[in-house]
Amino acid sequence: MRRILFIVPIVLFLAVVTYFFVAMRGGYNPSVVPSAMVGKPVPAFDLPGPPSPPNYAGPPVKLGFTNRDMLGRVVVVNFFASWCVPCRVEHPVLMGLGPSANVPVVGIAYKDKGQDAIGFLNEYGNPYVAIALDESGRTGIDFGVYGVPETYVVDKQGIIRLRHVGPLTAESVAREILPVVRALQVQP
Amino acid sequence: MIIELGHFALMLALPLALIQAAVPLWGAHRRHAGMMALADLTALAQFALIALAFATLMNAYVTSDFSVLNVAENSSSAKPLLYKITGLWGNHEGSMLLWVLILTLFGAAVAWFGDNLPPALKARVLSVQAMIGAGFFLFILFTSDPFQRLANPPLDGNGLNPILQDPGLAFHPPMLYLGYVGFSVAFSFAVAALLEGRVDAAWARWVRPWTLAAWCALTVGIAMGSWWAYYTLGWGGWWFWDPVENASFMPWLVGTALLHSAIVVEKRDALKTWTVLLAILAFSLSLVGTFLVRSGVLTSVHAFALDPRRGVFILVLLAVAIGGSLILYAVRAPALQGGGLFAPVSREGALVLNNLLLATGAATVFLGTLYPLFLDAVGGPKLSVGYPFFDRTFVPLMVPLLLAVSVGPFLAWKRGDLRGALQRLWIAFGLAVLVGAIALYVTQGGPILAVGGLMLAAWVGLGAITEWIERTKLNWRRAIHLPRAAHGMTLAHLGLAVTVTGIAGSAWQTERIVVMKPGDNLSIGGYTLHLDRIGQSDTPSYHAERADISVSADGKAVAAMHPEKRTYPLEQMTRGETAIRTTLLADLYLALGDNDGKGGATIRAYWKPLVPWIWIGAVFMALGGVLSLSDRRFRIGVARRRAPAGAAVEPGE
Repeated sequence: MRRILFIVPIVLFLAVVTYFFVAMRGGYNPSVVPSAMVGKPVPAFDLPGPPSPPNYAGPPVKLGFTNRDMLGRVVVVNFFASWCVPCRVEHPVLMGLGPSANVPVVGIAYKDKGQDAIGFLNEYGNPYVAIALDESGRTGIDFGVYGVPETYVVDKQGIIRLRHVGPLTAESVAREILPVVRALQVQP
Repeated sequence: MIIELGHFALMLALPLALIQAAVPLWGAHRRHAGMMALADLTALAQFALIALAFATLMNAYVTSDFSVLNVAENSSSAKPLLYKITGLWGNHEGSMLLWVLILTLFGAAVAWFGDNLPPALKARVLSVQAMIGAGFFLFILFTSDPFQRLANPPLDGNGLNPILQDPGLAFHPPMLYLGYVGFSVAFSFAVAALLEGRVDAAWARWVRPWTLAAWCALTVGIAMGSWWAYYTLGWGGWWFWDPVENASFMPWLVGTALLHSAIVVEKRDALKTWTVLLAILAFSLSLVGTFLVRSGVLTSVHAFALDPRRGVFILVLLAVAIGGSLILYAVRAPALQGGGLFAPVSREGALVLNNLLLATGAATVFLGTLYPLFLDAVGGPKLSVGYPFFDRTFVPLMVPLLLAVSVGPFLAWKRGDLRGALQRLWIAFGLAVLVGAIALYVTQGGPILAVGGLMLAAWVGLGAITEWIERTKLNWRRAIHLPRAAHGMTLAHLGLAVTVTGIAGSAWQTERIVVMKPGDNLSIGGYTLHLDRIGQSDTPSYHAERADISVSADGKAVAAMHPEKRTYPLEQMTRGETAIRTTLLADLYLALGDNDGKGGATIRAYWKPLVPWIWIGAVFMALGGVLSLSDRRFRIGVARRRAPAGAAVEPGE
């Protein structure tokens, strides 16, 4: 009986290593995680906005939105949070995404407070045409978010077409996001 | 030509390591003195060779030799000398070379200072150390060669990531590696003990100083990283539960547990198998950390470039090193003879509680870091983690730990008197409650949890002081004769209290985020900020937008502060340079945000009470470790001189 206790560490370790190995084989890329949600409609949500818009020069920003607001055009949905470090890294890329692809980018502040999220956008700039607050993280779970930042491309019918995990880079935008966005934009 | 010399030295170190991995081990088995003694020579020679290899690469960086691929990719001639030097470890290949430099340094130190070790134990320790070394030499030579030449050298290099061009981050990796790699010695000792089938008080006494040294370096390294995040990211946050931060925090937690459990082995000959397991785990987690950062299994800001081939190689290394040692553990550990028995309420019991909480804390962080990926792999439901997860799981675990820190040292070995211990702490308890009451009164409806944190901090600090007063009776002569390890413990526990105070105090920060034009005023935390102007400046490396702000309090000027926003054209990146004015009791923290295009700019101003204490406390902890390290029972040669006096000090082979 006592001996079994001593075998526990190696058994646990083998499980971890097997997982790492499986994860690394087959050209594993952590940022393109297949999601059960790709090909499915956007989960229904109706989220409030932050108390005030970011004080940033530009067109007015919609505060709070629902899944129905996104119908009729291709939309990029970005989950972010003021407490998230990689979000700061991807932010400059996100700032350029909307104008360069002529696509509306909407932001959902994930498990974040309204003031904090706006403070973040005030300092780094606002890439979003609409901002919503997901304070409880409920909508994030419905989307299948497992950490911020995460980015989704949604088509005109409201179907999720692409999921990107982790910070966007100039390269990943050019290689993954833009081709999908352009292809969807020309579809009815 | 010089760089090829370095490459050659690295290639030469590999066969030496292989010899050292095999011959002394065989010698220890056969009790052949010559074969065992060979390890000393090869360990020193390995260090000399790696130091030479390192020096040649350093030379290439300092002289900006862009015919070396690694230099061309990670440096440029316009950088200040400091960042040319630190650019060496700001990339994957160079940092691996630093890794093995420190590894061989520790190996050489064991060979050099280990005269008082039994020869067989020393031979086995060095042999295990060489196995680790050989693995990493192979890794560098086959997948991460920093000595590669370029046929057509460019005129200038690609430059160094601007985030790394910072004095705080420049020395963060070396400290961290000293910690990570330092645990390799504890690991080697653990594996050697399993091979020998014996763990005793003397073994613990040899392991502890190495663990302490590694732990001190890791403490400083983590604190530097956190401090850097604080002043660089422009947000004033100091810990983000980022995967890479967690990767350094897990070995720290397990290393802290190891420090405490090794005391039990040393004093009471108990908890042996557990201590050996902790020694293996501390280094294993360091290896996992190295793997996570370099394999691309997790995404993070700090991560190095992805390369699956490297990931597979490190994974195989990981599997062999950790898997091998854990198999050895499963086979040999049950045979280790358990020592002294103890009641649940006792010094040993308190240390077991400490170990359980720290180990659970490390497991929580491990799960939080990897769980999302595991769930995804088995197609389970999605679960989100981040700040909220760790706040809810890790923090509650630390509360009982902090409560117990004060009580533990008052309990006797074997069987303690909990009621008696608490009676001796009643003044500390009363004062901690008083601190809480004052905090409640002064802050008026602030965050209630922070008041609790402050009380806990006071309890830990006052407990440490009470214990110190009881021991020294405030008598200078008594204090001098007390072992330094005792003073070290007091200092380290005080440091913990100071850090917790800082963490609790940060909850009372106030912030103002406003668009200011030159001439505007802003008041925060008792200060008045006046924006004088927004200007531009240029240096060879970057273009800066800079705000000149004069700070006054009660009508008197106290400081001029200059937050900046820097654009690095070569690297095409922007980063903020915050301005911080500290009184050690509180920080005034300014960051420059976006220009609104109409002559104004966003200014983020924070007043952060007690935040500097977070890092001051970490420095105290590390100093406590250093003080303990200087205790005479660890000092070189002492055990040997005393050896004839008692078999317990050095059991003969």
